[in-house]
Amino acid sequence: MPDTIIGQPIDRIDGKAKVTGAARYSGDRRAEHPAFGVIVTSTIGRGTITKIDIKAAEQAPGVVLVMSHENAPAQAPFKQEGEDRHARPKPQLAEARIHYHGEPVALVVADTFEQATAAARLVEVSYQAEAGLYELREGRRLAYPPSKMPNGKADSKVGDLERGLAEGAARIDATYTTPYQSHNPMEPPASLAFWSGDQLTIYCSAQLVDSAQKSIAATLNIPADNVELVSEFVGGGFGGKLSIYGDAILAALAARQLKRPVKVTLTRQQMFSVTTHRASTIQRVRLAASRDGTLTAIAHEVVSQSARMDEYVETAAVSTRAMYAAPNRLTTHRVVPLDLPVADSMRAPGDAVGQLALEQAMDELAYKLDIDPVELRIRNEPTQDPEKGVPFSTRALVACLQTGAEKFGWEQRPRVPGTLKDGQWLVGLGMAAAIRVNLRRPAAAKVRMDEDRRVTVEMDMTDIGTGSYTIFAQVAAETLDLPIESVTVKLGHSSYPDTPGSGGSFGAASCCSAVQQACLELRKKVDAGRGPGNVQAEATSEPGDAFKKFSQHSYGAHFAEVAIDSTTGEVRLRRMLGVFDAGRILNPKTARSQLIGGMIWGVSSALHEQAVVDPRYGSFVNHDLAGYHVPVHADIPAVEAIMLAGFDDKSNPLGSKGVGELGICGAGAAVANAVYNACGVRVRDYPFTPDKILSSILRPNVAQRR
Amino acid sequence: MQPFTYERPADVAAALAAIGKPGAKFLGGGTNLLDLMKVDAETPQHLVDVSRLPLAQISDEEGGLRIGATVTNSDLAGDPRVRERYPVLSRAVLNGASGQLRNQATTGGNLLQRTRCYYFYDPSMPCNKRVPGSGCSALKGYNRIHAVLGASDACIAVHPSDMAVALAVLDAEVEVQSASGQRRIKIADFHRLPEAAPEKDTILGNGELITAVILPPAPPGGQIYRKVRDRASYDFALVSVAAVVETEGDRIRSARIAMGGVAHKPWRAFEAERRLAGAVLSDDAFAAAGEAAVKGAVGRGHNDFKIPLAARTVARALTDAAAQKKA
Repeated sequence: MPDTIIGQPIDRIDGKAKVTGAARYSGDRRAEHPAFGVIVTSTIGRGTITKIDIKAAEQAPGVVLVMSHENAPAQAPFKQEGEDRHARPKPQLAEARIHYHGEPVALVVADTFEQATAAARLVEVSYQAEAGLYELREGRRLAYPPSKMPNGKADSKVGDLERGLAEGAARIDATYTTPYQSHNPMEPPASLAFWSGDQLTIYCSAQLVDSAQKSIAATLNIPADNVELVSEFVGGGFGGKLSIYGDAILAALAARQLKRPVKVTLTRQQMFSVTTHRASTIQRVRLAASRDGTLTAIAHEVVSQSARMDEYVETAAVSTRAMYAAPNRLTTHRVVPLDLPVADSMRAPGDAVGQLALEQAMDELAYKLDIDPVELRIRNEPTQDPEKGVPFSTRALVACLQTGAEKFGWEQRPRVPGTLKDGQWLVGLGMAAAIRVNLRRPAAAKVRMDEDRRVTVEMDMTDIGTGSYTIFAQVAAETLDLPIESVTVKLGHSSYPDTPGSGGSFGAASCCSAVQQACLELRKKVDAGRGPGNVQAEATSEPGDAFKKFSQHSYGAHFAEVAIDSTTGEVRLRRMLGVFDAGRILNPKTARSQLIGGMIWGVSSALHEQAVVDPRYGSFVNHDLAGYHVPVHADIPAVEAIMLAGFDDKSNPLGSKGVGELGICGAGAAVANAVYNACGVRVRDYPFTPDKILSSILRPNVAQRR
Repeated sequence: MQPFTYERPADVAAALAAIGKPGAKFLGGGTNLLDLMKVDAETPQHLVDVSRLPLAQISDEEGGLRIGATVTNSDLAGDPRVRERYPVLSRAVLNGASGQLRNQATTGGNLLQRTRCYYFYDPSMPCNKRVPGSGCSALKGYNRIHAVLGASDACIAVHPSDMAVALAVLDAEVEVQSASGQRRIKIADFHRLPEAAPEKDTILGNGELITAVILPPAPPGGQIYRKVRDRASYDFALVSVAAVVETEGDRIRSARIAMGGVAHKPWRAFEAERRLAGAVLSDDAFAAAGEAAVKGAVGRGHNDFKIPLAARTVARALTDAAAQKKA
């Protein structure tokens, strides 16, 4: 299919509005005579509120309402179960019980934000604290199989693992740990709510408009149709805005009670506890292979944090089931209920941390066998899905590996770790493969054409910074044979046709299919002589059974070069290349941004990022962007992504596969493997901060070797 | 943030008069104080904005330089005299914060910035520095960024400034003024160790205003500032080292060492300096100086790594400083 508009590197159509400030995010929205709410959070991790004294806060200047569990309006109860966990009731200030440190315990509403902020400090809360369980390692004794997995079953078993392990000429048995991570998008969750009779309008930063609308309506015990949720621009989500939080519910409750608009915004510090996070994991990987590198056994066993108040499983071993061929296999997932905030999906949930373990283990095996790590992966390329027994839709992993090796100069790597030096720096190269499940959901779109052939697309989809606005315009323009300037895309209103929203990298596949379908139907009408002008079409597009008949994933290969300061243990990335198979690329410019953004997060996972729990209190200690480190520009010198040409006709009519979460998969492992190649010491506890590297460098055997 | 009043006096005399008001605090560039006010770690009732006092000049004085208190970090780091004669200071300043923050932050304010201890920033946690007598959460908590030298059981926080570490190695003096007159304080005496009163970062008295920093003539020898940190920029030091080494033939004539990120104040390693004076120029001498610089250091668990890290970084900085002058 020739790329005319689809497939072109078109600038974001919302770019100008964003850089000029014309784009209004939820926190930017204004209303007549608003009040401002500030949330007060718990200072214990587990226990009960014994007394809450709101007198001083109530009497503070400008305060119009102080809400706590003692006077909060009735709401639907929270339930652990529910088909769509993001559409469940999320009652706030509903009970005296404290489930985690930093849980909302009060809302102070005042005429100004400043008044509410000052008065919030005057709320005095007394607690009956209980000993909480805050450490994953300590809590392991409570580990249990998750009641529900978003994708597949908790455990899988093929062949005879013990026999496979015994048959191998070389074996790896290693345990890797990954820390808590916080989504912390630039835009904090913010909500502005106002009522007109029994109709609620709420501007809310949400990835999933439909689920968010249902969640708010369910909590407030009102029909979903009474809630109009608007989320036109989302300043980053990464999974952290799949659910709605206290800002939305409390703004809605306070606005109803005060009969005036109320805005509530989370602080940066509150984002660490009031929203969700990526769970910490402990992962044991066992591999065995014959002398020529053929895997005889793969076992990947995962233990991850779950909140006592709400179960979540980090599905870190799921993609291991499809990655490499081996006759004997085992994957398991166990969750540990801790008194911590609720964990949820973060960019490439499961896969991002799972491949930090699996892909480092593969590297360890390659060194043990003295086989090129690229070659080891190629030798274990499966011909069909090794556990499901169905064919792959498309799979160009080998091409990614070979292309990347060639473009990166993989041949130049030091074969013996710890041998390449550049002055005081130890230099190393590493690589890893990447896999990410390809998903698609039902989606609907409405398209209308006016008399001068201008087209408007409407759907309740969101653009969380990925470029959704732009690719939908591309699909509509190409399908209707119009210039892209003729297309207006309207997103993020719950009254628009239902889509799955932004999450799981399914947005483009699901929604572009719906836009294309609606445009084809519109075109039929126009071709039949109806319009242009006053003509519209609405269509729903569904995935069908191709996702059962075929194993669907996107793939990649990462190559990284790092340097380690031999005095201090500081690791710095020098360059990085990712080569990706994501089917047909709808817009190489926005896709590249997604891919390198993911790669940078992988670098961050390997070297920088961790939210640290204080095991005495259950609090995230480093809960701001000074203490919670993500890379800055100086950490990311030269990162490039190559997208292989492809077309996956099993995925969707446009041939694309999910791209948003692919870049992070495997990326951190490539950096970790480069660290080993540079210094000759395996670190298995992410992230690799200077303290860990330095203690490795200081190990006598390594010092001697140098 | 709590309600406060604000004024911007036109001159030093007016500022000194204004600071007598209840709960008053001087405001410089505001890059730290406002952050602390936002989280209620600082709750001044009145702010006296001294950022626009006419103290923004750098002038030659007694063979050295006089740096006005309101000179911004950017202007200080970029001054040709500083760059040429005091490269360790220019480097240190440029290693701190970000371009935007350095444009805003002042010389006086940089000296008075407060620790970045997580627990100091979190009013829900005990902290002797924020609330005297409430306890130290870091002592048995997450103390990876905390002090290994000169700490007490009351506080193991570190001073976060890069600039102050360079000033320490340069033997700068701080000029302060109060209603009762002017005095100069040696930089080594300016910041305190926590002892039993960690709420006091410096020896400044009530109502004293920093008006200038005085740099003596530049010391002979090569100057190095080396900052070790978790990421390549925009991060506080795990350990930093300012070193000045003067060599003569195959001998070290003199050496100066100051460390950041290890103590409640910029830490001069006088014992290590004494050992180097007159010693033969060698890797062993520098390694021994690194060890001497951390003599008596105490790790608290997560920060144990700072002890070997500081020793190694001192040795490396000395080596580089010596090599620099040779070249």
